[in-house]
Amino acid sequence: MPHSVTSDAPTPPNGTDSTMTDATAQNGDSQAASARNPDDVAMAGADTDASNGEGSKEVKLEELFADVDSDDEFPSSRPAEQKTPSSSSLETPSSPENNGPSLSASDPELMRTFYQRLFPWRQLFQWLNHSPTPTNDFGHREFAFTLQNDAYLRYQSFPTADLLRKDVLRLLPSRFEIGPVYSTNPRDRKTLRNSAAFKPLSKELCFDIDLTDYDEIRTCCDKANICDSCWRFMVMAIKVLDAALREDFGFRHILWVYSGRRGAHAWVCDKKARTMDDQKRRAIAGYLEVVKGSSQGGKKVNLRRPLHPHLSRSLDILAPHFQTDVLAEQDPWASEERSDKLLALLPDKNLNASLGAKWASSPERASTAKWADIDVVAKAGGLAKDQADAPRRLLEAKQDIVLEYTYPRLDIEVSKKLNHLLKSPFVVHPGTGRVCVPIDTRDPDALDAFSPLGVPTVQGLLAEIDRWSGGGGGGDDENDGDEAGAEVKQEAGAKSMQDWEKTSLKPYVEYFRSFVVGLMKDERDPRVKREREEDGSMEF
Amino acid sequence: MLRSDYNRIDPKRRANLDHRKKQFADPAYKDTTYPHRLNFYAVPPTADITLEQFEQWAIDRLRVLAELEACSFRNKSPAETATHMEPLIKKYLPLESNSSSSTQLSAQRQKDHYSHFILRLAFASTEDLRRRFSRVETMLFRLRFNEENSKERKDFINNLSLDWEEVSTEERAEYAAQLAALAPFRKGVQEEESWFKVDWERVPDLVETRRVFLKAGKAYVPSKEQTSMVVAEFTQRLERALELTARALPRLDEDDRLTPILDHLSKNFVTPDASYSSSTSSVPGADISARNIDALSASFPLCMQSLHKSLRRDSHLKHFGRLQYTLFLKGIGLNLEECLVFWRSSFNKITDDQFNKDYRYNVRHSYGDVGGDSNRRGGGYSPFSCQKILTEHPPGPGETHGCPYRHFNLDNLTALLQGVGISDGAVLRGVKEDKENQKFHMACNRVFEYVHKKELKRAKDEGVMTSAQLETIVHPNEYFKRSYLLKNLGKETTKTEDIKMEG
Repeated sequence: MPHSVTSDAPTPPNGTDSTMTDATAQNGDSQAASARNPDDVAMAGADTDASNGEGSKEVKLEELFADVDSDDEFPSSRPAEQKTPSSSSLETPSSPENNGPSLSASDPELMRTFYQRLFPWRQLFQWLNHSPTPTNDFGHREFAFTLQNDAYLRYQSFPTADLLRKDVLRLLPSRFEIGPVYSTNPRDRKTLRNSAAFKPLSKELCFDIDLTDYDEIRTCCDKANICDSCWRFMVMAIKVLDAALREDFGFRHILWVYSGRRGAHAWVCDKKARTMDDQKRRAIAGYLEVVKGSSQGGKKVNLRRPLHPHLSRSLDILAPHFQTDVLAEQDPWASEERSDKLLALLPDKNLNASLGAKWASSPERASTAKWADIDVVAKAGGLAKDQADAPRRLLEAKQDIVLEYTYPRLDIEVSKKLNHLLKSPFVVHPGTGRVCVPIDTRDPDALDAFSPLGVPTVQGLLAEIDRWSGGGGGGDDENDGDEAGAEVKQEAGAKSMQDWEKTSLKPYVEYFRSFVVGLMKDERDPRVKREREEDGSMEF
Repeated sequence: MLRSDYNRIDPKRRANLDHRKKQFADPAYKDTTYPHRLNFYAVPPTADITLEQFEQWAIDRLRVLAELEACSFRNKSPAETATHMEPLIKKYLPLESNSSSSTQLSAQRQKDHYSHFILRLAFASTEDLRRRFSRVETMLFRLRFNEENSKERKDFINNLSLDWEEVSTEERAEYAAQLAALAPFRKGVQEEESWFKVDWERVPDLVETRRVFLKAGKAYVPSKEQTSMVVAEFTQRLERALELTARALPRLDEDDRLTPILDHLSKNFVTPDASYSSSTSSVPGADISARNIDALSASFPLCMQSLHKSLRRDSHLKHFGRLQYTLFLKGIGLNLEECLVFWRSSFNKITDDQFNKDYRYNVRHSYGDVGGDSNRRGGGYSPFSCQKILTEHPPGPGETHGCPYRHFNLDNLTALLQGVGISDGAVLRGVKEDKENQKFHMACNRVFEYVHKKELKRAKDEGVMTSAQLETIVHPNEYFKRSYLLKNLGKETTKTEDIKMEG
C-alpha cells in the first residue's frame, strides 16, 4: 500500500494486472483509471453496457469473456430477468436495484460502485486543498478508514485526490473520516527523529449535534431513531449556531452536513477557523454551550442575567419554534409524570401547587395549554406574595425552559480539539445507507424543507443511474449503441456528464461545489496579494 | 563604503558600533528605573549583583511561587489565596505601591525584577518547567494586579502601549442594547464605562464565559475585564520570552558559578505530585477481582458508587464515566484482565464483537497496555483525583461521571445519599451547606465520617491509625483505601500489622 501513494502520475491499468486478476477486479481498476480522464462517463457507460462492446479495447475483451460475472458485480441497465445466477453470485447479491434495501449499505460491491461513480472526489479534494493544484493542505491531511472488517486505519494521507480515490477503491472502507493537516506527512510520522515535529496544524472547526442528546425532551423517538418531527430540533440548532458563527465570530464558510442517521455536523472552513489552537476552539465551544449537566443535575440551563446578546438573539430565533415544534408537535408535558418535570423547573412553590392541582384535574391537557396556564395562573395571583421579584424570576425561568427545550445540544468534545476526526461528507452511513449530504443553509426555507428521511440512499442512487435515460437528449435503455455514441459526442462538445448528475445526488453535489468555489475564491485572493508583496521585496 | 569608515570613528564610540566587539565592551546599561509597581519584565536586568544575592533572591521568589501553586492545587478561591499569600509575600517579596512612602521602593522592585529573570533562566530548560513557571508567574501577576489601586493600574496599562482600539461613541450608541446586557447595570457609571475592541482571539477566556460582546470577530471588552486582557498579554509575552530563553540557554556563556545554582533551583521546584501511585493505594489482603466489585462498592466514595449504580442500571456508561471508573478500579488494584472481565460482564446487553470493537481498546489504553510510547511506558493514566474530577469535563446530558456533590442538584444528591443509606438529617443538612459553600471535599469527608463513625472511633481509641491517615480525603482511591481498612479493622489482626507498617 505505501507505494500506491508514492506514484504521482495516474497509472493506466496494465496488461499483466488485468490478466492475473479476475474479471471483476480488472474491471474495477480500469474504471478507476478511466475516471481520471474526461471521458470517464463514456467509458463507465460502456462498462455497464458491456455486451455492446463499445468500451476501450482492453475492457471489451474481458467483458466479453466474463459477461455474466460482471453483471453480478455491477449495477446494470439490463433488465433483471435476464440474469442467470452463476455460481459466484450465490453469495454476492446480483444487483442493488434488484435486492433493494435488503442489501447492506456497506456491502463492498455497493461501496465500490458508489465510490467509483458517485462520490464527488474532485470537489472533496478542492474543499480540503483550497486550491486547484495539490498543496500540503491536502497532502498532509489525515484520513482514517473504517474497513469492512471494522478495523480502523488511521494516519492515511494522499498527495492527490486520485490517489485517495484509488486507495479507497482498493480498501473499500465502509466510511472514512477526516482529521487535521499535520506539520509533516502523516505517513512519515514514524520516521521523524523528533516526535514533537509531528503535530496537527489546522483543521476546520467542527460541531456535532446528535439527536440522542435530545432523548429527555423528545417524545416521538429515542436512541438512534428519528423522524421529521424531532429533526426540527436539528433545524433550530443549525439556525442558532449558524447565526452565532456568522454574526459573532465573523465566519463565512460554514458547511452543514447530515451525518447519515440522527445528527448533523458543521464544518467551519474559514482560514481563521482552521488555524485556531485548542484554547480558541475551547473558547468558542464554551461560548456556544448552554445546556449543561447530566440528567442528575436538575435544571440544565442556568444563565446570568441580563442575557448575553448571543443568548437573547438565540431566544428570538427559538421562541417561535418552541411554540410550534416543541409545544404543539412534541407535546413534552402531556402526561402527569412529564408535567412534573416542568414544575420542577419553575421557581415558585405557590404557583407550582396551584398548577399541579389544576393539571391533575384535567389529565392529558396539552402542553401548549399548560404553558399558557403558567402565565394565567401567575396573573391570577398564584405567585408567592412575599417576594417582590417573583414575576421576574418566573419570566427568567420560562426563558431558561425555552432554551432547555430548544437550544442546540452539542457534543462539545468534537469542537474542542484540533486533532479530532470527523466523518467526511458524502460517505454512506453503514446503518441507513443514506449519503451524508450537505444541508443547504443559504436559504431558511431550504433548511426547513430538508428531511433526513428523504436523503438519497446508496441503493437508491445506483438504481437511479440504471434507470437514467440520457436526461431527455440521449437514447433510452434499449438503444444502447446510440446512447454511447451520444455520450462520445457530448464529450467532444466539451460537456461530459458525471454519474452523480444523473441522480438525486445532483443538487447536493452542486451545492457543495458552489460552497467550495466560494471558499477557494476567498482563499486565493490574499495569497495572490502576499505573493506580490514577496515579489516586491525580492526586487532589490 | 560606509562600513570601512567604522574603524576610523572616534575610538571612544567604537565599542558601540562594531557589533563583533560589542559584547566584550563595557555594557551600556539601559537605565533601569521602576516607575510602576507592576512589571511586564520586558527588559532584562543589567546591573551587577553578588552571587549571594543571586541565589537568595531566587529562593525567596521561589518560595512565593511554590506556595501560590499549592494554593491552586488546594482549589482555593482568589480571595482565599490573596489572604493566604499576604504574609508570605510581605516577608519574601514585598512590593509596595507608589503611594506608599516607603524608601525601599526601588530596592524592592529591583529584587522583583532580578529574581524573575533568574528563575526564568532556571526554568526555561524543559517544556514542562516552562509551562509551570509561566502559570505561577501569571498567578502572581494577577494577584498583584488585582490589589493595585485603579489609578496606578491605569498608568501601568497606558504605559504598555497595547494596541487596543477604543470603541467610538457612535459604535457604542449603535450596540447600546447589547453592551448594556454585559455591563452590570449601575446607574451613572454606565456612561463612563469605556469599551475596547480587539480581535476575539486575544481574549479567549472572556469569550468562553460570554463576558464580552462579539460582532464579526471583534470582541467588545468592558473596562472591568481589562484584567483578563492584561494578564493574557502578560502570559503570552512571558511564554514567548521563555521560548527564546530556552533557545539561548545552550549558548549561555557561563562558568561553573551560576549553572549549579540554576540547576538546584529548578530541581527544588518539585510538583506536589497530583498523580497517585498504585503502590500506596492498594489494599493488602483484599480480594480485588471482577466478581467482588459489587461487594467492594460499599466502600467506594459517592462518585464511584453513583457510577457503579448507573452501570448496573443501564449496563452501560458513557466515555468519561468509563474512564473515571476504570482508572479508579485500576487504582484500587484491579488488574487489566480482571478489569476487562468486569466491563465485559457489566455491558451485558452487547455482543462480544461490539465490546471488543468499541470498548476493549479504551480499557487497555487506560492501563497503558496499548497506545503511544509514553502511554505504555507510563503505565497509562493515573486515577483521577478529586481536583480533576471537580474541575475537568463536567458531565453533560446522559453522562454520570463527575462529583455528585458538585454536579448533582440538591434533590438528586439527597436522593442518591439516601439510596446508599444515609438518611441522618444532620448529615444531609451539613452536606447541603457544604455544597452551597462549594466545599465539596468537606461534604464527601462528612459522609465518610458518618459512614465510618464506629470504626473511626475504635481506630482512634486503639491508636491504630495515625492522625496523618485521618486528614481530609482528596482522592477517591484514598477514600476507598481508608474505608476498606476501617471496615476490616477487627476482622484479621494480622492485617492491622500491615496497616501500621504502611502508616
